[in-house]
Parts: sequence; C-alpha cells; structure tokens
Amino acid sequence: MSNTDLKVKVWRGAEQGEFVEYLVPRNSNQTVLDVVTYIQRKLDPTLSYRFACRVGMCGSCAMTVNGVARWTCRTHVSQIVKGDSLEIAPLNNLPVIKDLATDMREFFNKWKGAVGFFKGTQTRHDDFAKVEPQSEERQLANAGIECIGCGVCYASCEVVEARPNYLGPAALNRAWTLTNDIRDVQQLERMQAVAGDAGCHACHTQGSCTERCPKAIEPTASIAGLKKLVARAAVRGSKWGKL
Amino acid sequence: MSQGVLQAKLWYAQRISAMILGICVAIHLLIIFYAIRGGISAQEILGRTQGNIAFALFYELFVLACFVHAPIGVANILQETIPKTGLAKPISWVLAIAILALGTTAVVGVYTGGSL
Repeated sequence: MSNTDLKVKVWRGAEQGEFVEYLVPRNSNQTVLDVVTYIQRKLDPTLSYRFACRVGMCGSCAMTVNGVARWTCRTHVSQIVKGDSLEIAPLNNLPVIKDLATDMREFFNKWKGAVGFFKGTQTRHDDFAKVEPQSEERQLANAGIECIGCGVCYASCEVVEARPNYLGPAALNRAWTLTNDIRDVQQLERMQAVAGDAGCHACHTQGSCTERCPKAIEPTASIAGLKKLVARAAVRGSKWGKL
Repeated sequence: MSQGVLQAKLWYAQRISAMILGICVAIHLLIIFYAIRGGISAQEILGRTQGNIAFALFYELFVLACFVHAPIGVANILQETIPKTGLAKPISWVLAIAILALGTTAVVGVYTGGSL
C-alpha cells in the first residue's frame, strides 16, 4: 500500500452481504466510477455494477457513496473523500440484485403508475403543436424536464422508505411536467393516479430529493404543485374536470 | 370516491384548518398577553367570557379547526409509523371525538360560567 492509496469499502452480496475493503491508487480528477471500474478490472472481476455513458447523461451509475446517493460518474473522489476512505453501497429503497446493481423495475413501474408518459391526439399529418416558450405551463415543465432517471431522489426519500407504495419524487416530478404539457390528454387520469397517500399528498417536503438531485431539479416543488392542483381538482374541479 | 381523492380532500381540509388555526392561535396569544397584565384570576377570565357570545364563537371555531386538523396529521404519522396494525384510523377518530367533546365542553363552560 502506498501513501496515496484509497481504502474503498464496497458492498458485496445481495440483500445479505458485507463490505469488502480494496486498496485503489489515488489519481487526480478520479471519479467514484473510476474507482469502481478499477476494482472490477484490476482487483476483482466478479464485482457487479451498472454504468453506460460515463458523462452524466444516462442515469445508470448512481450508488450510495459515503452514505449519500450520488451519480458516481460525475462525483470526484476529492469532493467527498473522508481522509483516505470511501464506502460504496447500492442505492437505498431498491432491491439489490448483486453488489452495486439494484433492481430498478419498481422505480420505473411507478413512473407508469403515475401516468408519467405522454399521450396526445395529433398525428404526423397534423401541423406542429404550438407551445409558447414563455407560457407559464412551458416554464413549469422546463424546470423539471431534465430528469435522467438515475434514482438518486428515490433512494434519498424517507417517505419511500416508510410507505413502499409511494410513487416517489422522480415519478411525481415526471407527472408534474406532463401536467404542464398542453398537448397531453390524460390529465384527469394522471391526477387520479397521483392523488393521495400513495402519491403527492404523502410528501413531507423534507427536500432530500431536491438537495441530492444531480441535475439540480426540484422534485419537492413539482410535488407541491401537484398537491395544490390535485386537491383543488378534488374539491372545486379543474380546467380538465372534477376528480 | 377513490382513496386518492378522499386523501386529497383530507389534505385540503388540513391546509385550510391550518390557516384558521394560525389566525386563532395568534389572536389567542394576543388575548393572553393583554389579559395577563398585572396578574390574572379565574374570576377575571370568567368575567370576560361569561355570556360573551363573540368569545364563545371564536373559541368554538378554534375547537373545530383543531378537530379537523390534528386527527388528519396524527393519522398520517401513525400510518407511516405502524402501517400494518390498522390502528391509524380508529386512534385518529378517538382523538377527533375527544377534541370536539372536550373542547366544546370547555367553550360551554367559560360561556355559561359552569352554571349548566
């Protein structure tokens, strides 16, 4: 071991398992993903983890690093290292398949559950829909639209931990951007899906999702928007009808 | 009505009752600060509240806002703390009825001066 080696504890196993320590040479500008890749390529090829783009676009490399969910490809070791130690674990609130890879099916199924997909009425034969860039709806949608689906918010949410059927920040943020898409025709159905304790009204506004989102999106604000919109629709009705 | 819509309505009711409570608590505190100058006795309190319909209506509104607000919040906390017991709703209902009954009894008490 040289003076510049990092002591990296990595979760090995599935739901049951243990942390195993590896020594990884310290390099300048090294990311946490570089560390994990080094371990797999040089020290233990049986280590499982997930990544694709390495540049913060695909959202597949999120892990729990030193207790906090992060995108590992854009997290420099120097930003978060404590002394010479790192602890790398799979994301919270998701079943672990093996080592650092989690089963994300439930996470994405909840996007479907929140009607987090677009449905319009126009066909290729129609003219383009005109969405005014400065309109309130478009501005609200813009604020949440850059989500890469990494699951950091979902893993950081204590409501997801307490209520396993809670849709979670990412799905609700997606629902909110579509609620503000004037072309979409599933608004009532979506409001039904995101209402109540499995949806937006369970959010405690603790803001862990907003604090940890690597894309600086504010799911807390999106959920607050949904809460108001849906509660009003249930009591007074909305422009799309009453719930 | 679906569970989701019911919960959305409860959430709305809790927010509205919170607004009422905010105003009620502020007025209640101001009255306390005003009334307590130079000490206070039960006689003085009853002297102001007995037969005073404005006091009675104000405090009954306060009680009603608590009756709506607190049980919804407690039900949410219990639902997350002890989800599998099915106790969240019954306990919240007991709390709601207790707040309404005890609160209204207190309002009637200070209005009538205990003569009922």
